[in-house]
Amino acid sequence: MWFTLAEHAVITAGEHDTGHGDHHTSTGLSNNKLGMWLFLGSECLLFGGLISTYMLYRGRVGEGPRPSQVFDIPFTSVSSFVLLMSSLTMVLAVSAAHKGDDRNTNLWVTITALLGATFVGGQVYEFTAFYNEGMGFTTSLFSSSFYVLTGFHGVHVTVGIIMLMSIVGIMKRSKTPGSKAETVEMIGLYWHFVDVVWIIIFTLIYLVPA
Amino acid sequence: MAIIERPPSTEVATPATPSSSLGALKRPVSTTGWKSWVFTVDHKKLGIMYSATALFFFIVGGLEAVLIRLQLAAPNGKVLNADLYNQMFTMHATTMVFLFVMPMAAGLANYFIPLQIGARDVAFPRINAFGFWAFLFGGIFINLSWFMGGAADGGWFMYAPNSGPVFSPSHGIDFWTLGLQITGIASLTGAVNLITTVLNMRAPGMKLMRMPIFTWMQLVVQFLLLFAVPVITVALFLLSFQRNFGATFFDVASGADPLLWQHLFWIFGHPEVYILILPSFGVISEVLPVFSRKPLFGYPFVVFSGAAIGFVGWGVWAHHMFASGLGPVSVAVFSVATMAIAVPTGVKVVNWTMTLWGGKLEFTVAMKFAIGLIVLFTIGGLSGVTHSVAPSDTQQTDTYYIVAHFHYVLFGGAIFGLFSGFYYWWPKVFGKLLNEKLGTWNFWLMVIGMNMTFGPMHILGLQGQPRRMYVWTEQRAGEGFFNLGFWNTFASIGSLILTVGVLLFLINIVITARNGKIAPLDPWNARSLEWMTSNPPKEHNFDSIPTVSHLDEFFHRKYQEDANGQMVQVKTAEQVLKELEDNADAHIHMPSPSYWPIIIALGLPVIAFGMIYSIPISIVGGVIVLFGVYGWAIEPSTAPDDDFDPPTTTKDVVHVG
Amino acid sequence: MTTETHSSTEHGMSNAGYVKIALILAAITALEVATYYVDFGPLFMPALMIMMVVKFVVVVSYFMHLKFDNKLFTWVFYAGLFLALGVYAVALATFHFFS
Repeated sequence: MWFTLAEHAVITAGEHDTGHGDHHTSTGLSNNKLGMWLFLGSECLLFGGLISTYMLYRGRVGEGPRPSQVFDIPFTSVSSFVLLMSSLTMVLAVSAAHKGDDRNTNLWVTITALLGATFVGGQVYEFTAFYNEGMGFTTSLFSSSFYVLTGFHGVHVTVGIIMLMSIVGIMKRSKTPGSKAETVEMIGLYWHFVDVVWIIIFTLIYLVPA
Repeated sequence: MAIIERPPSTEVATPATPSSSLGALKRPVSTTGWKSWVFTVDHKKLGIMYSATALFFFIVGGLEAVLIRLQLAAPNGKVLNADLYNQMFTMHATTMVFLFVMPMAAGLANYFIPLQIGARDVAFPRINAFGFWAFLFGGIFINLSWFMGGAADGGWFMYAPNSGPVFSPSHGIDFWTLGLQITGIASLTGAVNLITTVLNMRAPGMKLMRMPIFTWMQLVVQFLLLFAVPVITVALFLLSFQRNFGATFFDVASGADPLLWQHLFWIFGHPEVYILILPSFGVISEVLPVFSRKPLFGYPFVVFSGAAIGFVGWGVWAHHMFASGLGPVSVAVFSVATMAIAVPTGVKVVNWTMTLWGGKLEFTVAMKFAIGLIVLFTIGGLSGVTHSVAPSDTQQTDTYYIVAHFHYVLFGGAIFGLFSGFYYWWPKVFGKLLNEKLGTWNFWLMVIGMNMTFGPMHILGLQGQPRRMYVWTEQRAGEGFFNLGFWNTFASIGSLILTVGVLLFLINIVITARNGKIAPLDPWNARSLEWMTSNPPKEHNFDSIPTVSHLDEFFHRKYQEDANGQMVQVKTAEQVLKELEDNADAHIHMPSPSYWPIIIALGLPVIAFGMIYSIPISIVGGVIVLFGVYGWAIEPSTAPDDDFDPPTTTKDVVHVG
Repeated sequence: MTTETHSSTEHGMSNAGYVKIALILAAITALEVATYYVDFGPLFMPALMIMMVVKFVVVVSYFMHLKFDNKLFTWVFYAGLFLALGVYAVALATFHFFS
């Protein structure tokens, strides 16, 4: 999981390679944004593989509990809702950043990070509850593939939170307001992507009966 | 970090004054010595480092191959025991695929893509440096397993149950899994970087359909990497969790489907095949026109067939699994798709042949290797088509026939293409010409050696000799023409000839470095932009960025059509270069060297060690990565203008990257 | 790749617009959760899938600005997405997942 962290950090930090705002690229598009979208395209194959593994194994519960026996739909619905709303606060942060409004950017970024942390906290709670109901990582193919898939997603959210907190710190150091707008936008893209992955996970894993 | 005052002097590298980052570490500023290499972000230095490292691993992988052939040279071979033999063929394949061909192609891409599209560097220079170090450390990490209880021994596609703890109790496969994870990160970041570079950093007028074919093929390759690497990442993670944390993803006894691994591996693995071959296709598509004195025949067809291969390459993976009982429908579908993919490949062979047709052929060593590729790859391609016919494939699966096939396409194809590139581009990179006479010996010994080694394997395979068999006995060798013993010995002799051939290349490098001929500016009368600069290129590549108006821009600057429609030389390469120099950009600020790429990359193997031996070590690695990332994020990629020596405040500063 | 972009100056929507979209997304989520409690009969699966896709596309198009940004971004992202969909669906099909 640490690997994911390193990889994401490098790609997102890559955006910092524009020391000097104004770029004249062949397509007129920012290198950083193009790089980020390429990376997100690649991430589709990563999560696709994890989701497929879960799909293949969701019914193979062995002696352990079945999905329907452990899933707590009201609880997960609430945390899904929290993550969805963090996308709204993220987009508001990006919007403020483009207006050069560092104060509001900071505010919305912080709220986004808090919502993200709530989601991850919920996931930790959920994992603990499942574990107490007898569903360990190695209990069954279902449990292993479930923990790997949602765990990977959780790591992504956590990486996102770290980036959000870091950008708050970096913005405090920067002298010109709005100079980190593109970085905020970049983190925003990453954040929304993590959200859309959860949209799929919530539906396919939690709502569709195995 | 170069500042060019007008007029440009030969003394390009003026170091910047140190800039502090993170309040603690000053920027590295050395322009000479080892520090100028270790902390560099220059795409050319990184390209050389990629290629040099890859060449080292080529020797390692080659020695492993020789040991394999020595073991099989005579009945009851005693060179290796069964266990060591398993490690040897697994690591031979792993090394050749992941640590030689891929990074060698990445090295060429790094060096030549920016030059070919008229850029001064890649889009993300620091990511580029990080990618190289991640590849190097990943490669070392995988090979450390030799000294820590044995290397991976499950075969390069690591099927279950061989990959499980029961059949492979040593840590070899753990090293393999985590090491490939690290090189995978290198490939993925490289893909993001190079795609962005090709799309965004082209010189004015360099439309996509004016790009050299090498750049085009690399673009396709980078897209394949971008989408294929995450698939193997998933597979490797699942395997890691199975081996280290007790999950049972591929354990049949626990109700798992071992075919899941096969699917994930080959969804990655088949695009991977094209990742290996397309760069070489690109190289010879540069070499053939130059030494035929003709433009490439059907440029758009070569481009689109390359893209088509990249696309269809995603729909054929299950032909590696015909013997696994997929069911008739799947087998039929993948059979047809596999036959279909031969078409764009055939288009390329036709285009190359037509390029040669009627040309003023000049048989330099680069040209010989390029023609060698066409012939040998076609043989391998045709035996490949025989695999697409499922009934015949079922017969051939896991026999030496398969080994013969993929060595014809990978050695005769990918490696010959790379060697063609070595001889073609050596003067560009090092300013000296490789010895052509020695090169010719190098070429012929490789051709003879390779055909002697891999040719008989067709016979061995069709006679039923299984792949990965560690020993053969006289009693079961058979008689007459189809005597397995004879052909095994024959192949082993061939492998020694092949070794001598490769050795001649290494000797050639040494001789050239000592007293090679200094290369003229344009030794081959070449066509593309990378030749429109000095040998070796200056740190900033081009004094002024050229405006491109043709495919084969450099050629069209040297030659123009006269009244009779004949192409006649109007300028020498020196004159073309002089024009660029006369319009040189005044101040060029190149991306600055950085400590952070190597620091982050250094954290990765530490994390991996921890996953095998003790989690706290992983945490240390994670902290290193995190520290590096923060340093990276806070440090601007190019030092501020006032940080240069002398400080520049003028508006005409050109920033790169 | 041919287009000159109107790059980062144009950011599509007002904050009020974003809030509206978030409300729509919330409503769809509520409807999704409802399928868990109310029996939708044969409509259950298609409805759920459609809602999932709608949410996905809305977030990607509006929050991630794909609708307003250069088409190249859309291409690279959806190329990855459809490729993933294609290869993994076929792989699952060989396990008779859909039958």
